[in-house]
Amino acid sequence: MNRKKKIAASLGQLVIPLVALAILIIFNLIRDPSFFSIGMRTNNAGNTVLTGNLISVIDSASELAIIAMGMTLVTAATGGQDISVGAVAAISGAIFVKVLQSMGAITGTSVFVALIASILVTILFKLFNGTLVAVFNIQPMIATLILYSCGRSIAYWINGDATPQLDSPIISSFGKTIPGVPIPTPIFAVILVGLFLFLIFKFSSLRLYTQSVGINQAAARLNGINPMHIKLLSFALLGVCVAVAAVIGVSRLGQLNHKTLLADIEMDAILAVAIGGNNLGGGKYKMSGSILGAYIIQMLTTTLYAMNVAPVNVKAYKAIVIIIIVVAGSPVIKDAVAKLFRSMKNSSTAKKGVA
Amino acid sequence: MNSNEKVRTPRLREPLTDTQTLLFISIGIFLVMYIGAILLLGGGFTKPQMFFDLLNDNAALIIIACALTVVMIGAGINISVGGVIGLTVMACAIFLNKTQVESTGLAICMTLLLALGIGLAFGIWQGLLVAYLDIQPFIVTLAGMFLARGLTTILSVNPVKATHEGFLAFAKLKVKISWLGYVAQNGNLIPAKIEIGAIVAVATVIVMFLILRYTRFGRSIYAIGGNRQSALMLGINVRRSVFWSYVISGLLSGLAGFVFLMHKPAGNANVAMRGEMDAIAASIIGGTLLTGGVGNVIGSFFGAMILATIQKIIALSPLNASWWQDMASGAMLAFFIVLQSVVLMRKNAAFKKKVQQTEDGPKNNNTEVKEGTS
Amino acid sequence: MEDGIVLTMRGISKSFPGVRALNEVDFTLRKGEIHALMGENGAGKSTLIKVLTGVYPMDEGEIYLDGHDGAVSIHSPQDAQSIGISTVYQEITLCPNLTVAENMFIGRTSDKLVHWKEYERRAAEILDNLGIPARPNQELSRCSLAVQQMVAIARAVDMKCKVLILDEPTSSLDDKEVAMLFGLMRDLKSRGVGIIFVTHFLEQVYEVSDRITVLRNGQLVGEFKVEDLPQVQLVAEMMGKSLDDLAELEQIGQKTGSSGECVYEAEQLSSSECRPFDFQIHRGEVNGFTGLLGSGRSESVRAIFGADHVTGGKVQVDGKDVHISKPHDAMINGIGYLPEDRKRDGIIADLSVRDNIILALQVIQGMNHPISKAKAEAFADEYIEALQIKTASKETPIKSLSGGNQQKVILARWLLTHPQYLILDEPTRGIDVGTKLEIQKLVLKLADEGMSITFISSEIEEMLRTCSRLIVMRDRKIVGELTGENLTEAQVMKTIAGGTQQ
Repeated sequence: MNRKKKIAASLGQLVIPLVALAILIIFNLIRDPSFFSIGMRTNNAGNTVLTGNLISVIDSASELAIIAMGMTLVTAATGGQDISVGAVAAISGAIFVKVLQSMGAITGTSVFVALIASILVTILFKLFNGTLVAVFNIQPMIATLILYSCGRSIAYWINGDATPQLDSPIISSFGKTIPGVPIPTPIFAVILVGLFLFLIFKFSSLRLYTQSVGINQAAARLNGINPMHIKLLSFALLGVCVAVAAVIGVSRLGQLNHKTLLADIEMDAILAVAIGGNNLGGGKYKMSGSILGAYIIQMLTTTLYAMNVAPVNVKAYKAIVIIIIVVAGSPVIKDAVAKLFRSMKNSSTAKKGVA
Repeated sequence: MNSNEKVRTPRLREPLTDTQTLLFISIGIFLVMYIGAILLLGGGFTKPQMFFDLLNDNAALIIIACALTVVMIGAGINISVGGVIGLTVMACAIFLNKTQVESTGLAICMTLLLALGIGLAFGIWQGLLVAYLDIQPFIVTLAGMFLARGLTTILSVNPVKATHEGFLAFAKLKVKISWLGYVAQNGNLIPAKIEIGAIVAVATVIVMFLILRYTRFGRSIYAIGGNRQSALMLGINVRRSVFWSYVISGLLSGLAGFVFLMHKPAGNANVAMRGEMDAIAASIIGGTLLTGGVGNVIGSFFGAMILATIQKIIALSPLNASWWQDMASGAMLAFFIVLQSVVLMRKNAAFKKKVQQTEDGPKNNNTEVKEGTS
Repeated sequence: MEDGIVLTMRGISKSFPGVRALNEVDFTLRKGEIHALMGENGAGKSTLIKVLTGVYPMDEGEIYLDGHDGAVSIHSPQDAQSIGISTVYQEITLCPNLTVAENMFIGRTSDKLVHWKEYERRAAEILDNLGIPARPNQELSRCSLAVQQMVAIARAVDMKCKVLILDEPTSSLDDKEVAMLFGLMRDLKSRGVGIIFVTHFLEQVYEVSDRITVLRNGQLVGEFKVEDLPQVQLVAEMMGKSLDDLAELEQIGQKTGSSGECVYEAEQLSSSECRPFDFQIHRGEVNGFTGLLGSGRSESVRAIFGADHVTGGKVQVDGKDVHISKPHDAMINGIGYLPEDRKRDGIIADLSVRDNIILALQVIQGMNHPISKAKAEAFADEYIEALQIKTASKETPIKSLSGGNQQKVILARWLLTHPQYLILDEPTRGIDVGTKLEIQKLVLKLADEGMSITFISSEIEEMLRTCSRLIVMRDRKIVGELTGENLTEAQVMKTIAGGTQQ
């Protein structure tokens, strides 16, 4: 019983997203049972790869899932969101491409160097946001509005070319599949980033620090935590996530389009955090909720595509589903449901008492 | 209590409130920037028409900046305003092209009603969700933005040009003020021209200022932004006031859509793209704090004008590539944000010092007086 | 409704998840009486008030109000206001960004427009009438906390209420202001207003009240006339046990004097908030900082802990020079600090009791050495047991505990770090008598075991009971040090008043 309660409590905030995901899956099963069929085929590059809607959902949600993880941390520590992730991702992509091109031929080493360079530069840009938030006490959304509005222009300026192309099997194995491995590489990237963060949480008490700062900064400070460091750290980790997502995004298309690379991903990432049941006002959080949120959003998009909804119109239907999910998860509705449950439970125990 | 008696000398000049300080900063910067542009760039800036052009071109922005200010004072946010403009412009353009109404006046009225209706509808459902279901406003209005953008493309993926002649004639109406005009090279006097949209925008600012300053609703919104819990305890109907702030915000977005249509009578999927972010930036530059309780629509007006002016300056300068405009507005925003933060911090620190000095005197009690900055 | 009765609450019940906050409580208020509502923290006073003012919906029960047929339904504070129930809460519940005048009139009228001139004129009248040192057009955040509280009272007073609820109104007022408030309360009483007075100060209850209703654990203990209930018995009723504990404390109150080596020593220590001062404390010593309003006692201990910006001075811990400029420096040198404002600076509201307990120890160990879950659980269990913390479980968020229990959790947090020097700034403020005694006993016990403690309290007798040395401050300067037989209330007062003697 106790154990059951514990599991229920830890699932608490995940109930709504899990139910939403289940409904999406059931809906798809009824609509078209073949939606979930997974097949093998040989792609253009001659690799045997897994195909199917499910694979495509998990594959294409990768960038979103990675950024949602970082966004969760920033949300928890600062009580606000970074809306510049998409714009900064364009910069990360630009740096990646710039470094690759300046090193001549694309080799494993040059890709690695470019990736590291991209991560470092992205961290710098995120620290700019972080400094405004942590040192100058500016609301995160306002602070990140700056890079949101000029990030893509900076990316454009770095490369001086609208759409630099990257044609190399190494790049495509980054963005699509590695020869001989049937599973798309971005999925591994999600697992790697997730593992990276998991290990950080496992071997440090960052989680406790972040939550403390997010809930009560003054108290955290008086307990020896430096809120400034924690906020900067959360932005730096978001930077790592953004850079990795950007490199995947660039590799996937084999080109950098500074205008469309991860466009609007900030909105989806914030949505993912919220759908996962996390409070956008900061404090306690569940990373798994945000990841789940990311896959729900992608599942929804893919479902709509599968229903032949034109890509430009997807937004409207997505909005309606999001509204349903957040309404179901709203405190008022939750309270009402809890009350209903309690009164049902009470009446049943009352009956028992009589018996 | 000597110190207190000293303070009580009647009719002391009150120190500036945060709202006033930030407002003065933004008006000051606008003047400096504009005069600087006149002196350094000259050209168009020396003519009053430049100022009116800025107004004409940014009427919709000014209106949605007001729409943002209202919800931001109440510690909310509305990022659907750009989307609602896009939807309104598209819907109105299609309506105008398809309408069978003969009378031009009636057609224009119906278009206006359609625009306000769309805005009102968005305001109402967003207000209900935020105020009565306690859902985070960012998410609600983000969904609103997606919905509006999605509906726009569902109405038409291709751009739609309004061809209703009566409306186009109406949209081209301009108020001409000859004494603010200038003499062109060929010797003709060209009067200053103000579009109807610009007048509507200025009127909106004035009306919203009066509402926020002199109505119960307006003061309630300030109170809620200052401290929501206290506002509730003071007997303010918090939910209703928050609801109305979103309704007004939605209504103003619809109005902005109509004004946009008059300025550029064509709908497409990219109309007012990122309009919400420009409006937020304008509000912030005008001294509205995202944390709520502080702000003023007059400031937002100047915020929008500052943004417009900087764009114009860049456009007229050698660095006229589009990315320079973005970077310049980004830098401007960064400058303002940091300036505001530093000014407020210093001001509050100075105040703290003053309180300490005046309350240093002995008092017969053993509890501490803390500053009431909750 | 019976004559002379203005308010009847019958069979009020209210539950929160895991707690039954009120269990069939009755309460009666008569016209023109001051009725004290007493009880330990967590007894249900605040809940009862919040039910009455419509902040919480009640689960069961009825409320009758004079002039209304049948039970009234109150769903919101404005409902309560509109039928004549006004409240002044313990925490300031005004809006800091509005003017004083606005704060007095907002939310009260059904006028759609704001008449600024009218507001300011009337506000000036009222403020003048009550002698409140504020200007009508002053922004509220620019007033001191005491003035803000008085503005809240002025507002309630002006609302011609039938029932005025004062929830801990005196905790931030000085003696003069309290006297002024009591004058006001008596004035209102003579005009027939029923006043519900919630406070922790027993003396104040006896000074001003007519009747006392006592709650305990969400249950009604009884309603008494003040003259029928001696103070000792009131405490007994509130705690539900005899006063042996108090006697016990008097016995163990044999304070150990300063013995042993110097644990902490500061020379000309100063911060952004306080002037340079010298200070030292020995092993096993309990000392206290005392002084008047704004004397700088809290600021001094904050400087010791590095909580404010430290601007100068030399600090030695265990005879070694150390540099303490931020809380973390103090913590790794074995110093703990329980802050004055529990809610603002102490608790991490949404985190569990367990996380709140291990927080400081975790920080000392460093971010890269997390305390394992099993160990954290063990620590939490140990201290919940040791300090008798009443909580549903160690996973419960600390915010759902009562004030006294929250304070114990914060205390546990610091005890877990085994500091050699612990600073307790107002550890007993706003908590019930029972827990107060427990904390005082604990302080003496810890000192006995060799811990050095600085204890600050607004109640001088409490400090006299626990401290062996009192440092007296005035105008942000140390003006005296009292030990041994000089430790009497009279001597403390004299030292505080000091300057006038010379």
